[in-house]
Amino acid sequence: MSATAEKTGYVGSPVKRREDASLLTGHGTYVDNMAPAGTVTMVVVRSPYAHARVKSVDLDAARKADGVVAAFSAADLQDDWKAAMPCAWPVTEDMKNPPHYPLTDTARYQGDGVAVVIAESRAQAKDAAELVEVDYEPLDAIVDVAHALAEGATLAHPDLGTNECYVWTLDTDATGQKLEDAEVVVTRTYYQPRLIPNAIEPRTVLAVPGPTGDLTLYAATQIPHILRLLAAATLGLSETKVRVVAPDVGGAFGSKLDVYAEDLLALALARRLDRPVKWTEERSENYVATIHGRDFVTEYTLAATKDGTITHCRARVTAAMGAYLQLVTPGIPLLGAWIYAGPYAIPNYSVEFKGAFTNTTPTDAYRGAGRPEATYVIERTMDALADELGMDKLELRRKNFIAEFPHTLASGLTVDSGDHGASLDKLLELLDLDALRAEQAKRRDNKSTKQLGVGFSTYHEMCGLAPSRILGAIRYAAGGWEQATIRYLPTGSVQVITGTSPHGQGHETAWAQIVADQLGCDIDAVEVLHGDTSISHAGLDTYGSRSLPVGGVALTFAADKVIDKARQIVAHSLEVAAEDLEYDSGTFTVKGSPDKEMTVAAAAWAAFAAHDLPDGMEPGLEATATYDPPNFSWPGGAHASVVEVDTETGDARLVRYVAVDDVGKVVNPLIVDGQVHGGITQGISTALYEEGVYDDEGNLQTANLVTYLVPSAAELPSFELGRTESPSPTNPLGVKGVGETGTIAAAPAVINSVVDALSHLGVKDIQMPATPERVWRAIQEAKA
Amino acid sequence: MRPVALTVNGTRHELELEPRELLVYVLRDRLRLTGTNVGCDTSSCGSCTVLVNGESVKACTMLGVQADGTDITTIEGLATNGTMHPVQQAFHDHHALQCGYCTPGMVMAAVSLIEHGEATSEAAIREGLEGNLCRCTGYHNIVVAVQDAAATMGRAS
Repeated sequence: MSATAEKTGYVGSPVKRREDASLLTGHGTYVDNMAPAGTVTMVVVRSPYAHARVKSVDLDAARKADGVVAAFSAADLQDDWKAAMPCAWPVTEDMKNPPHYPLTDTARYQGDGVAVVIAESRAQAKDAAELVEVDYEPLDAIVDVAHALAEGATLAHPDLGTNECYVWTLDTDATGQKLEDAEVVVTRTYYQPRLIPNAIEPRTVLAVPGPTGDLTLYAATQIPHILRLLAAATLGLSETKVRVVAPDVGGAFGSKLDVYAEDLLALALARRLDRPVKWTEERSENYVATIHGRDFVTEYTLAATKDGTITHCRARVTAAMGAYLQLVTPGIPLLGAWIYAGPYAIPNYSVEFKGAFTNTTPTDAYRGAGRPEATYVIERTMDALADELGMDKLELRRKNFIAEFPHTLASGLTVDSGDHGASLDKLLELLDLDALRAEQAKRRDNKSTKQLGVGFSTYHEMCGLAPSRILGAIRYAAGGWEQATIRYLPTGSVQVITGTSPHGQGHETAWAQIVADQLGCDIDAVEVLHGDTSISHAGLDTYGSRSLPVGGVALTFAADKVIDKARQIVAHSLEVAAEDLEYDSGTFTVKGSPDKEMTVAAAAWAAFAAHDLPDGMEPGLEATATYDPPNFSWPGGAHASVVEVDTETGDARLVRYVAVDDVGKVVNPLIVDGQVHGGITQGISTALYEEGVYDDEGNLQTANLVTYLVPSAAELPSFELGRTESPSPTNPLGVKGVGETGTIAAAPAVINSVVDALSHLGVKDIQMPATPERVWRAIQEAKA
Repeated sequence: MRPVALTVNGTRHELELEPRELLVYVLRDRLRLTGTNVGCDTSSCGSCTVLVNGESVKACTMLGVQADGTDITTIEGLATNGTMHPVQQAFHDHHALQCGYCTPGMVMAAVSLIEHGEATSEAAIREGLEGNLCRCTGYHNIVVAVQDAAATMGRAS
């Protein structure tokens, strides 16, 4: 336990971000801004069919077009790949993982790449791609996840003989009582719409060949370290020959947590052509070529006694994998596998996941990944159970909240800390529920066409990926540690090197806050370096709200080591015993002789000059810590949505959104609030606006920003935030993850509010997103 | 190729453009002013918003040749002598940006909204920025920043 991390100073303060100045003045370093001399542009020719055999690819006309450098089909490049595209999470021993390569001769989803054209300019490459003639033999496609595992379903991969990728289960039976025998049993089935990530920066890669067979990949990625490892493996190169740089990255949300075909194509072609190769995704291309999220069908059951004590929960999930397994596709349901009881103490637990292949863009980690899907079905069913019991919805929640921490869940993991009652109390303070209920009653009495609804969601989630042993036990290929290096430069400046890879989260600022407090230096003396595998040699990158509870905590252990070494140097210089030194905010003083002191910065100079170090001590003041977290991170909280529904048009509009989150100790409240705002917005948008829709042939109907509704400021209200604070006892900073809480909590709160607004009309459920048409139809059906 | 003369951030440029070149690519590729970002191909996201003769324009909706004779301000031209424009400063003060990719367009749209006297209320700001999408911030702090900047610029009401 760090002796110094509890000090306050920068940590806990709303320090403004050092990242902002360059981004605000147009000096961002996004990959598409780079154009080294000699760069050529790559364009991918994609299948318009969801499932088709490629009978032939004629590249002659394209190769002869102006400015074209080269063009290749799948067959032309097959020898470039030493391994199929990687999936790092074979969730079961017998999981099916049909091999796929950056280009294919059988398209399995609309957008699957069949050829590439490389030309001197973007316009020339695009023009030439139009000249590529591909002869397709269309095949039947399976699109709907709800029917993918039915007898006789069309097969996405006929060779497999099934669409079933895997079956994964987690069952406990604490009481010996059968779910079916419970006094009250409520079962509901829900569909989680497919979401399309839409980071505002489309993916971009630039592969630059070096003089010794080495390659540098500048990539809009959130995983430079994992990408280096897997790109090298796929191309048959030593990792020493691949450097990956993630400069400014324009949002990711999981969609840049992958090893994509274009990453590998750019590297392979840069090697072949000996020229820098750049590929910049167009937005409409992004809709088919970048992973999607969700697309789950879930049957969820809660069983309880008549007094509202919940005894069982059971989830039966069919999750769309899409056409292939990307980096962690099959593991996404598992990221929610331990939280299907929500923040409630439910003794009997049963979860079953079936992965299903469909002829659609592969799914993978997207904003909350597995936990929004779990939280949605729990919180919707909690409302339904309360109705069944004739019990107040919040009373049912309070009655079943986990009351004491640490708490070992029936699913097997241990929640470190929390206080759900406190979060809910605080939420109700901010909300003024009595006034809202009075207004609701008035509108109901008046038969107003603008009905008011209030919906709640109380949640916890597991993030901060993750204890390496647990990841190993659930068959994930890598660990979940993070590395930090802290290096004093001779004049007292501090270099911090982190294995996390921010893309909007403000690590440069927050990490400097943590280190400056612990080393007692000015925050401006601390430089934070990241996102370049030639600088940050080891790390596991940024996803799953892991950066602060794993990477941020690693900083404190590295700082401890720096302080320990400085202590030895100071003891030697002052000719006192190391035990007689007291450390406080960058300065050592001698116990009982307060006039004798020496700073860490002075020790850093002594370590640099190395004229008079203790015998055997290495020069330099620098330390590296690699931190493997002992537990996941467990944020939680209570959210409320207030919605106004027009009963004539079906338009549901958010009036208020109030959120109280408990994310442990807060390093930077400005950044934490920003993370919550963004997350809530995705949850609201999932509930009201966004849905990726395919037709029966596998054509994506919502294939651009015109047809897929990403909300603007005009669709949303301002948010009202509160916080409670249960410090995590598992790390010296007491911190938890925050990046996904809003997305996890918000969607069920919003749908619960829409249903609440219409419950007096008999409406019991509405499919997400609750579009005007769906709401209007629900009202009409309830009337009928 | 067509001869085109345009002034960008106070500097006059004489260019030979293909008629099909979009203004945003003229700025990014020919003038290497890469602060103006491209986020979509349907004129939906607003990341490429610039000021053309003082009016906010999505630079992907205009051809370079159409910009002949115009005076353009991009995000690079907003700060003066190293001092951020009040809108840039307000975005910094209120954490109105995260990944920063939509930010140049959002800032330019906000400058135009404020200068036209249309940033008069939260609702007006939300409507006024409807053409600019952000995926990180949920717009909450963007709206706060624009309100603050409007007050600083004396154009709040």
